[in-house]
Amino acid sequence: MIINVARKELKSVFASPMGWVILSLLMFAFGTYYLNGVNDYFAVMSGAMRPAERTGVTQFVAQTVYGLASFIMLFAVPLLSMRLISEERRSQTLPFLFSAPISLTEIVLGKFVGLVAFLSILIVFIALMLSTLNIWSDIDFGFIIANSIGLWLLVASFSALGLYFSSLTQQPVVAAILTFVALFALMILDRFFAGDPSNTLASLSLMRHFQSFSSGLIDSGDIAYFVLFITTFLTLTVRRLDADRLRG
Amino acid sequence: MNNFTVEAIELTRLYGGREAVSNVSFTLSKGEVLGFLGPNGAGKSTTMKMLTGNLAPSNGSVKICGIDMMENPKEAKALIGYLPEMRPLYKELTVDEYLTVAARLHRVSSGNIKKAVEIAKERCGLGHMSKRLIENLSNGYQQRVGIAQAIIHNPMVVILDEPTVGLDPIQIRDIRALIRELGSDYSVIISTHILPEVEMVCDRVQIIDKGKLVFNGAIDVLKKQRVGNKLLIGMHNPPSVDAMLKIAGITEAEALAGGLMRVRFAEDATPAEAIVQAAVKHNWGLHQIAPDQTSLEDVFMQLTYQEQSEF
Repeated sequence: MIINVARKELKSVFASPMGWVILSLLMFAFGTYYLNGVNDYFAVMSGAMRPAERTGVTQFVAQTVYGLASFIMLFAVPLLSMRLISEERRSQTLPFLFSAPISLTEIVLGKFVGLVAFLSILIVFIALMLSTLNIWSDIDFGFIIANSIGLWLLVASFSALGLYFSSLTQQPVVAAILTFVALFALMILDRFFAGDPSNTLASLSLMRHFQSFSSGLIDSGDIAYFVLFITTFLTLTVRRLDADRLRG
Repeated sequence: MNNFTVEAIELTRLYGGREAVSNVSFTLSKGEVLGFLGPNGAGKSTTMKMLTGNLAPSNGSVKICGIDMMENPKEAKALIGYLPEMRPLYKELTVDEYLTVAARLHRVSSGNIKKAVEIAKERCGLGHMSKRLIENLSNGYQQRVGIAQAIIHNPMVVILDEPTVGLDPIQIRDIRALIRELGSDYSVIISTHILPEVEMVCDRVQIIDKGKLVFNGAIDVLKKQRVGNKLLIGMHNPPSVDAMLKIAGITEAEALAGGLMRVRFAEDATPAEAIVQAAVKHNWGLHQIAPDQTSLEDVFMQLTYQEQSEF
């Protein structure tokens, strides 16, 4: 049933040009950075004489691309997640889902899976694009896999938060702005505590937990953080929708 | 086990202390079309939302074919097809795509989806609209898609909230015929505030006013109340009420403006002939005699008015 709701979401995304345009624009941006990364690599490395200054081509190029990806997702996810529930609320299509034999949890999970599946297309494409380096070089696939997992968990967290804000309002734009502000605050939270990295609030920052992935490290603590983050916001969304049914 | 497809037991819904629906109980059997009547804001839609599990009742319970909506919402919802007042259509999809989504979400097995979509389209006269975007369909066709969506999984109960609102007369006629047809296979509940519609399509009527059920019975009872044992007589020289009462069988007479007189006669009496003879004899100048029908509107007004006077 979750799959059926997810399929419906994907169908809606691809029924309008929106989905295709976002996919192509983002891939264009990532492709450009990838190309620049490769060019810069030769320029920088030819100037780096000592071995300590040298980095691998995987790390050099992938870090550029994944750095950009995490930043662009900050804008792209709110735009994609804003419609999920608020649009249904506005065009009064929620009763269609509510009166079908599916639970609220399945509806919310379905919508979440649908959005994450769409974004996963991008993540897979980025990984494939970076893997093409392997044609003339010997690259570090572990680094790409760690980054892909990290980026995937990051966008899934973005989506969960976006889904929650989308359930709060009837206006997709309001949902997008709220999501963006909340995500931005969570991203840069650790900057405020730069002097005191052990602060509890600083460890709430999404960016801090993404950093270990971006250096190629898969840390179970960070995975747990993302999983908890996603679960929290999905639960809140279910509760918000249940309040609709109870309070009307 | 009884054979009720829908059982509403003392349904009550509070909105911030105000009772939108209070203590509504009724049952529906298989193959019946139930009309839900009431003025605006009487609680029709709220009741329907509770029946379909879109709204939790503050008190009371709903059973669909014996399955409790609160305890087993998924099983109960699988037996219902619901078309809310605002059509829940995804306008960016085509008719086929939308109905496929509806079939999937309503647990039609994947092998039967194509067939279910075809049957639903055929029943609702949507065959030639398959590839059209719902957004580009006319109001009436969108309504048909809404109904198709509600019957796609062969539910036991079809609940339609104001299915003919905003349609043109021809479309209304078609939709009514469709509802009639659905009534032979499913239990149907429709809500409306158009009275003749109820008379045309429903077997049973419920009138709800200010959240309370004020009438619940077969449509015939309402019709009888409507026709009654009454005659409307038009005369150029109307006699006194007493003169009229002397004719055998007449129990009540009431003089109206413009030489008209309304008489009520006893059951089994046929005083029309006697009235005509008397009119000729006394030169009342009879020019009109016809059974007096109170319109359904009047009955409706009476029922809802009585309710008001209790307060």
